[in-house]
Amino acid sequence: MRKLKSVNDFVVKFANVNGSGSASANHMFAKAIFRMGIPVSPRNIFPSNIQGLPTWYEVRVSSKGYLGRRGGVDLMVCVNPQSMAQDIKEVDSGGYFIYDSTKPLDIRLMRDDITFMGIPFTKICMREFKNARQQQLFKNVVYVGALAALLDLDFAVLKDLVGDQFKGKEKLIAPNVHAMELGYQYALENFSCPLDIRVERGGNIAPHILEFDHILMDGNTATALGAIYGGATVAAWYPITPSTSVVDAFGKYAQRMRIDPGSGKKNYAIVQAEDELSAMGMVIGACWNGARAFTATSGPGLSLMSEFLGLAYFAEVPAVLVDVQRAGPSTGMPTRNQQSDILAAAYASHGDTKHILLFPATPRECFDMAVEAFDLSERLQTPVIMLSDLDLGMNDWMSPPLEWDDDYHLDRGKLLNAEALEKAEQFGRYLDVDGDGICYRTLPGTHPEKGAFFTRGSSRDEYAVYTESGEEYVKNVDRLLRKFETAKQYVPEPKIKLAKTNKKDKKGNKLGAIFFGTTASPSYEALEDLAEEGVSIDTMRLRAFPFNRDVDDFINSHDKVFVIEQNRDGQMRRLIINECEIPPGKLVPILEYSGTPITARSIAQDIRQSLSTGGATVTTLHPELA
Amino acid sequence: MTYIKPNFRHPNLPVNDLGYRKSDYEGSISTLCAGCGHDSISTAIIDACFESCIEPHRIAKLSGIGCSSKTPTYFLGKSHGFNSVHGRMPSVATGANLANRELTYIGVSGDGDSASIGMGQFVHVVRRNLNMLYIVENNGCYGLTKGQDSATADVGSVSKSGNTNAFEPIDLVSTALQMGATFVGRSFSGDKDQLEPLIKAALAHKGFALIDVISPCVTFNNHEGSTKNYRRTREDVEAMPLDFVPMREEIKATYSEGTTKEVCMHDGSVIHLHKANVDFDVHDRVGALSAIQRCKEQGRILTGLLYMDPDSEDFHVALDTVNKPLSRLSEKELCPGSKVLDSINDGLR
Ligand SMILES: Cc1ncc(C[n+]2csc(CCOP(=O)(O)OP(=O)(O)O)c2C)c(N)n1
Ligand code: SF4
Ligand SMILES: [Mg+2]
Repeated sequence: MRKLKSVNDFVVKFANVNGSGSASANHMFAKAIFRMGIPVSPRNIFPSNIQGLPTWYEVRVSSKGYLGRRGGVDLMVCVNPQSMAQDIKEVDSGGYFIYDSTKPLDIRLMRDDITFMGIPFTKICMREFKNARQQQLFKNVVYVGALAALLDLDFAVLKDLVGDQFKGKEKLIAPNVHAMELGYQYALENFSCPLDIRVERGGNIAPHILEFDHILMDGNTATALGAIYGGATVAAWYPITPSTSVVDAFGKYAQRMRIDPGSGKKNYAIVQAEDELSAMGMVIGACWNGARAFTATSGPGLSLMSEFLGLAYFAEVPAVLVDVQRAGPSTGMPTRNQQSDILAAAYASHGDTKHILLFPATPRECFDMAVEAFDLSERLQTPVIMLSDLDLGMNDWMSPPLEWDDDYHLDRGKLLNAEALEKAEQFGRYLDVDGDGICYRTLPGTHPEKGAFFTRGSSRDEYAVYTESGEEYVKNVDRLLRKFETAKQYVPEPKIKLAKTNKKDKKGNKLGAIFFGTTASPSYEALEDLAEEGVSIDTMRLRAFPFNRDVDDFINSHDKVFVIEQNRDGQMRRLIINECEIPPGKLVPILEYSGTPITARSIAQDIRQSLSTGGATVTTLHPELA
Repeated sequence: MTYIKPNFRHPNLPVNDLGYRKSDYEGSISTLCAGCGHDSISTAIIDACFESCIEPHRIAKLSGIGCSSKTPTYFLGKSHGFNSVHGRMPSVATGANLANRELTYIGVSGDGDSASIGMGQFVHVVRRNLNMLYIVENNGCYGLTKGQDSATADVGSVSKSGNTNAFEPIDLVSTALQMGATFVGRSFSGDKDQLEPLIKAALAHKGFALIDVISPCVTFNNHEGSTKNYRRTREDVEAMPLDFVPMREEIKATYSEGTTKEVCMHDGSVIHLHKANVDFDVHDRVGALSAIQRCKEQGRILTGLLYMDPDSEDFHVALDTVNKPLSRLSEKELCPGSKVLDSINDGLR
């Protein structure tokens, strides 16, 4: 049998039962690899359930630093009999399957092209630990120990991690280390360690990874820190996976960093609203009154916030909304990944509305863009929606450290204080004094005589006086368009990378690819694989909407452009077609919408197929789920 | 339609302690139907704010959608206003108040706005005891969409189109009491003597103050079949007249013992309740609820100050926010800086 061989390039997948305490052991495994300086990207694939259902944890190890999903599994650790049949099928030919051999394996499930390795996790734990809880919990720790021997992990690093994890509960350190050693010893005695897939410090690691000292953090935590650093004082929200941890983390950091030293009171307010409508209303009220406020939600919440988003757009009130996207309506797939709120967010609400969108791709970008979202929404006096997703928000990503420039000042935009109002000859809230579509605003309570105005939806003139005149309405909404044009110069520009060789494909087409957010990482990987096969594709990673001139130019300078995204309808492709002056036929959708994050392999495969058939390809189901 | 308002004012018009004239509290000319109850409420708000000596620009007025919610344009022209979306004013007011706790917040809503589409937000803003005056201009119908029954219409009330309402009305006052409201009053738009002091007392209250004002819609609900027409409402009211003396003024004992009850507000100002019809204890929540219910059974509407908690603590106290408005915190107070971020990075390695 051919066995998979590789140093620092493989995928390990854990098949667990939800609620069995596997999460922290799995995390420790990934973090140990990270601490050894080897690029790693762990992912939870979990049900919308608290206990009892199958859950998976996939750890990608990549010497080149690819952090997206590759596709396929080299080594499966299965401690869940429920999913065993499926888990065995999923292992790549030549791969490894580790299972609990306390009970014999069902012969019918065996494959002869993979290596089965039985470890009696249950038996070991029954023998070594007395209470039932420990017997259950330590099974997870035992398999981490075994993996350390099999994959050549540094045991000292693992021991350190146990120490970190149980800081303050020192009594737990010794039994955890003991459990880990049990697994380690068992593997050493029963298998030839290490396997042909294994880790190794230094060696073949890509130079751009070695250059940085990385951190490992999830996007939601980074977003929350961005809100702290961006000066948010009001967070109003309604719990929904996968966005909940944004506000949780905001609360955690605020408690540490936002306590007034004099009074011990809070320099912030977090309100769990009765629903998302209310959460958005609170954000708008707070921003109207001069605070920086935000909410975090996911698709269903975005729908509920729609009416208010329209009001904020027309009334020109800043607001920051973080949408951590997930699949479809609530029942069934709420804990699965998609990028499927793009159109709903771009055009949220009634009337002629458009919103500023930001597409972070890394935790570092979550942090930077969260700060920028507050600046942009105040500068442009309009809602800004940051579209993250479950994969980025809830999983740990290796990222360059977060950075803060102490000379940076918050951009409050065109905001008149009492002094400025005193000097001003006339104040018209909706007067376009500078010609950029952005008017001057004032806050309630600023000046006794000047600057007060009545905020309302669409029916108002330049002095905020009620009118139903069609002419005034047109003047106003045309100015809002002008403002949206202005926005193009402020939003983050797309990142364009030209292919190393500038070759056309067999049909003489110059090729490009567009992607954004968590689709970026696996796309770069897929395109590099294709480059090795002689297919050269230039790339553009979108970071914001509205699209600036670069987007039109990129598309116009290519004959065929793949738009890679994670939804059924090719929403970004449609948004581009809607907003740019380009022939739609040029844009070829490459899609994934099964709920598991898109993989480099499926992207490469779909592009290959498209290039050979010439047509558009749509992935129906992820092969591993078919 | 355009209206031009005369700018000329008599120079000898009275000023309040702050030196403001009544006209400083007025707004644009109303565009509501002539005789609409809502306009009388606007007048009462103007008078109450003038007499309460609140600087006009330190008030923020918010509303939902409806004829009632249009009224903030017609009072307090020097104040910022926010005409939000239907039924959602409570959340906007909550956000505004969180941002700046120093301003006075007046919310105006309708019975459709509060008791139907906005019922969820209404009960939750009551629970949070947000520091604001919340006026429901209650006409038992949807004025702006032309007279459909609202959820406060009484059973048997006939709408202008001839439909008889079959559904139990929602009583916002009782609902608020059950949700733990700390200040609850009811009045009638045509009874300025009662309404104005009630508003003044509500403005002095620290916490959520609800005033449900029966406010007949002359166009759609002032006919015989409606139970919220002017005549019926006037007859059915069991009123407790009251009088409010701000803290600044000397409290005069102008009311004879036995007919008057003094109620002290948190800031030391005093409200005088003339106990005309019932022996009423405004600190008794359960008593208030049963008095309202008793009156209802007799086909009468109990008005006046119905409940007040002098020890009320508002939302900011529950949240433990700083005294300084959150909107005025400096960058230094908000941004922890690069050193702190470096240490956070260290924890993630
Ligand atoms: C979401 C939404 N649905 C419906 C409407 C239409 N609408 C406008 S006002 C109104 C009813 C207002 O009734 P009420 O709050 O009692 O105010 P009134 O006009 O009686 O003072 C309705 C249904 C709206 N503006 N928004
Ligand atoms: S329709 Fe009714 S509520 Fe509306 S303005 Fe006219 S009288 Fe007032
Ligand atoms: Mg009404």
